[in-house]
Amino acid sequence: MASSHGGLVVSRYALYAVLLFLALLFLMPIYVMVANSFKPLDEIRSGNLMSLPLVWTAEPWFEAWSTAQIGVQPTGLRPYFLNSFLLVVPAVAISTMIGALNGYILTQFRFRGANLLFAAMLFSVFIPFQIVLIPMAKTLGILGLAGTVKGLVFVNVVYGIGFTTLFFRNYYAAFPHELIRSARMDGADFFGVLVRILLPSSGPIIVVTVIWQFTNIWNEFLFGASFSDYSSFPITVALNNLVNSSTGVKEYNVHFAGAFIAAIPTLVVYLVSGKYFVRGLMAGSVKG
Amino acid sequence: MRASALPKLLLSPSALLVLVCVYGYIMFTIYLSFTASTLMPSYNLVGTASYARLFGLQNWDVSIGNLAVFASLYIVLAIVLGLGFAILIDQQIQAEGVFRSIFLYPMALSFIVTGTAWKWLLDPGVGLERTVHSLGWESFTFGWIKDNDMAIYCVVIAAIWQTTGFVMALFLAGLRGVDQEQVKAARVDGARSWQIYLRIIIPQLGPVFVSAFVILAHMAIKSYDLVIALTNGGPGRSTWLPSVFMYQYTFTRNEMSVGAASAVLMLGAIALVVLPYLYSEMRKAKHG
Repeated sequence: MASSHGGLVVSRYALYAVLLFLALLFLMPIYVMVANSFKPLDEIRSGNLMSLPLVWTAEPWFEAWSTAQIGVQPTGLRPYFLNSFLLVVPAVAISTMIGALNGYILTQFRFRGANLLFAAMLFSVFIPFQIVLIPMAKTLGILGLAGTVKGLVFVNVVYGIGFTTLFFRNYYAAFPHELIRSARMDGADFFGVLVRILLPSSGPIIVVTVIWQFTNIWNEFLFGASFSDYSSFPITVALNNLVNSSTGVKEYNVHFAGAFIAAIPTLVVYLVSGKYFVRGLMAGSVKG
Repeated sequence: MRASALPKLLLSPSALLVLVCVYGYIMFTIYLSFTASTLMPSYNLVGTASYARLFGLQNWDVSIGNLAVFASLYIVLAIVLGLGFAILIDQQIQAEGVFRSIFLYPMALSFIVTGTAWKWLLDPGVGLERTVHSLGWESFTFGWIKDNDMAIYCVVIAAIWQTTGFVMALFLAGLRGVDQEQVKAARVDGARSWQIYLRIIIPQLGPVFVSAFVILAHMAIKSYDLVIALTNGGPGRSTWLPSVFMYQYTFTRNEMSVGAASAVLMLGAIALVVLPYLYSEMRKAKHG
């Protein structure tokens, strides 16, 4: 008995050792990004990536934020960071509202083709967006939205509807029908039921949807790379330009600072509300 | 309740957008793939010429070969590691939430950020190789990212780092839903932990394996951002995937019909993986 208990203690230690090692491995890239974003360039070239800076400098951050050459002017990432906010805020708000409305209608009303429509929306979540790039480019051109943040808002709303509808539909499908029926008896109309009964208890799913959409659209790259220009690049496209199109000296420290700047908004959201982020991931993966 | 005009009216904009911008555009791209479009769309049907050209192109062969290597390694490793992490976390450990958050945070980052961090980490001139040299092991070499034959494995590494936590979360949810009675009974019978996992718990996780496979497979086929940020398809074309091929041929090489054909094949591959899954999930939902 004693020896098996001893074995158990040893295996507990081994378990924590393995977990700790894996945790350090997973934290390593973000550590490297932060540590090296505070080093002067020659220290990175001569030293090793894993060490803390010998000389601390915030210069790479200033450069990445406000002076690095990305577009025609040496503006840093700042205008593109702003573009991403101008893109994300309306795109998230609109797609979430549409999702709530669709979820309400798809769960509380019966009509022909509802299931087919939902299935069509569901599959749209999976399509490789390469299949819509060419006609969407043409459409944005016709609408006069090519190369604008507004155009990106439109695209991200259109291809976000599937997800937001899925989230709200599954949430409202589990909502007690009696509450809605009795509200109807009391004379609540279409919007009355939505505004007074459903929305007040939709807090969690709204948070899940907003976080999901925010993370996805902030991190989106393909649409940004296809449909924007120097005035409307989102942050991901700007970061990629900063890192991959730089000629001459590779300023690793500036690249790391830039990458971290691009990561801050979604990282903050993750740290503050990881629980809801995970719920979104799970809801987005277990369909139907 | 049967739908009156109002809910139908309010649902119709979404229905229309999905119908046009997803399914209409898919039809449009399929149509283009049977034309001889170059820089601009042309509407004269020329049969399967662009598919014939596509299959004759070495760039396509390379892209498909890379996808086969990348997708199989990525799917298998992410599932094995994700399950392993989930089992480690499921041992009633201290600070479970902290470990979970650490393994999952990469999922909140953009693939462009991930690509940037790993690009320099894997770079022999500044990253791990150089770091190990500076620690005294001068003969250590790790230059996969510059090596035509090995660079695709760098894409696998970065993608695994990004997604393992997500697969872990899927399996954790599955593990928490396992029938505890059987586990207890087996324990009373003197079964060892690993036997219980192998014979009782893991066989019950079948649906999680299916979900994880479908999600990872469709992510693999769609992978684009990570390759662009990490290797930009290089060295040479050694890390091209079909997504990179599509973008190159459509937007830089002005062979739009060939690009469209490649997008159609990507969609076909995803439909093969996803449609049976969605169909069975929706049937399950319908029949309780």
